[in-house]
Amino acid sequence: MEHSILMHEPEDDVGVAVVDLKAGTEARAVTLEGRYIGTVKVTEDIPLGHKVAMRDIPEGEEVIKYGRPIGRATKSIAKGSHVHIHNIKSMRW
Amino acid sequence: MRKENLKLMGYRRENGRIGVRNHVVIIPVDDLSNAAAEGVAHLVRGTMAIPHPYGRLQFGEDLELTFRTLIGTGRNPNVAAAIVIGIEPNWTERIVQGIAETGKPVEGFSIERSGDLKTVEAAARRAVQFVQWASELKREPFELGELVVSAKCGESDTTLGLASNPAVGRVLERLVDAGATAIFGETSEITGAEDIVASQAATPEVAEKFMRAFRSYQEFIKSQGVDLLGSQPTQGNIRGGLSTIEEKALGNIQKIGRNKVQSVLAPAEEPKGPGLHFMDSSSAAAEMVTLCAAAGSVVHFFATGQGNVVGNPIVPVIKLCANPVTVRTMSEHIDVDLSDMLKLKLSLDEAADKLMEVLVRTVNGRLTAAEVLRHDEFVLTKLYRSA
Repeated sequence: MEHSILMHEPEDDVGVAVVDLKAGTEARAVTLEGRYIGTVKVTEDIPLGHKVAMRDIPEGEEVIKYGRPIGRATKSIAKGSHVHIHNIKSMRW
Repeated sequence: MRKENLKLMGYRRENGRIGVRNHVVIIPVDDLSNAAAEGVAHLVRGTMAIPHPYGRLQFGEDLELTFRTLIGTGRNPNVAAAIVIGIEPNWTERIVQGIAETGKPVEGFSIERSGDLKTVEAAARRAVQFVQWASELKREPFELGELVVSAKCGESDTTLGLASNPAVGRVLERLVDAGATAIFGETSEITGAEDIVASQAATPEVAEKFMRAFRSYQEFIKSQGVDLLGSQPTQGNIRGGLSTIEEKALGNIQKIGRNKVQSVLAPAEEPKGPGLHFMDSSSAAAEMVTLCAAAGSVVHFFATGQGNVVGNPIVPVIKLCANPVTVRTMSEHIDVDLSDMLKLKLSLDEAADKLMEVLVRTVNGRLTAAEVLRHDEFVLTKLYRSA
């Protein structure tokens, strides 16, 4: 099975869909070096380039990508769901 | 990359600098002189007018930036010769003098006491001579380390952080290792990754100067009583999957690679030595590329995700993209397709090889997509209201 999610760092909370993902798909995630991280069942349609939650993220928690916080969850986010401006917000403005 | 593929041919200017294009430009000092500048360009084949909407009743730092940008545009080694046209002689002469320091042919014309038509005639006669002279200049071999390049991305999405910007970063590492000069900037778009840029500063003084420029912009935003939510990330960024400025910034700074930052430049300021330099600048594509061109960059790397189509009148802008949808739907704008990186079928080093190959071909005269499609955006950065 080919990967459909790329991750900057193995421990990141989110990966990036590199194809349009349909709800219900079992998506395979690898790092940029091709290291297998795991599969995640995608719970909603997620377009190419958008982020997938690789684990449950509680409301108020920092969301990690590139091994660094990219914002804060404004509601709890379930593994496999779409992570975007509807559920995370910048900590700068 | 194999050495034989690195045969670079450029125009060595009077001051020793290397250009990769051979433009004769007609630079208006002010908005009022656009018509005459365009009149000359219509009459004389091989010239290009660079119209813009400013140059009147500016003052202080804002005026100095306009002067620096117009002078820098004329000084750029991609320009063989320049005609300057202004409404009055004083500011016209200031720009002529700034360009003349390089030793290249330049002459100024002013409209008051002549009118547009006589001015166009006199300027066109000189332009004919400049074009015929420039048409006999020959490209000659030069070394990679003599290049001055710049990089900025636009209509970013998550594919920039994954693929295109790391590829630009790898290329900038190779260029800087060869002794070349490179410029990056985009002060607002580093928000969330400013500590990474500061940590790559060559000296503590450079780190401190960078942080001052960064904080000054943050304070400016606050002083306006607004935040940049809705503007940074842009609507295009959001469509492409970027959710926050931190996420955008972390992708953005991938393009500097592991290079050290040698200095912090004012907008449109020429770097004083080789290596990578940070320019305090807007993140708006045309403004930033215009400032880089005025600072002496002769080739610009522009990574895009959702498909920014920007170009520049005097500097070839190389577009690279890893988003397969954009590459498919906007192919006429993309010079380097890196979408195989997302499939892990193209490694970072292979992507850098591909980009280097296009760089060499562009340097040697191949027109970029933006050049062919007449993307000649020239946009002055305005710091505040005019008098």
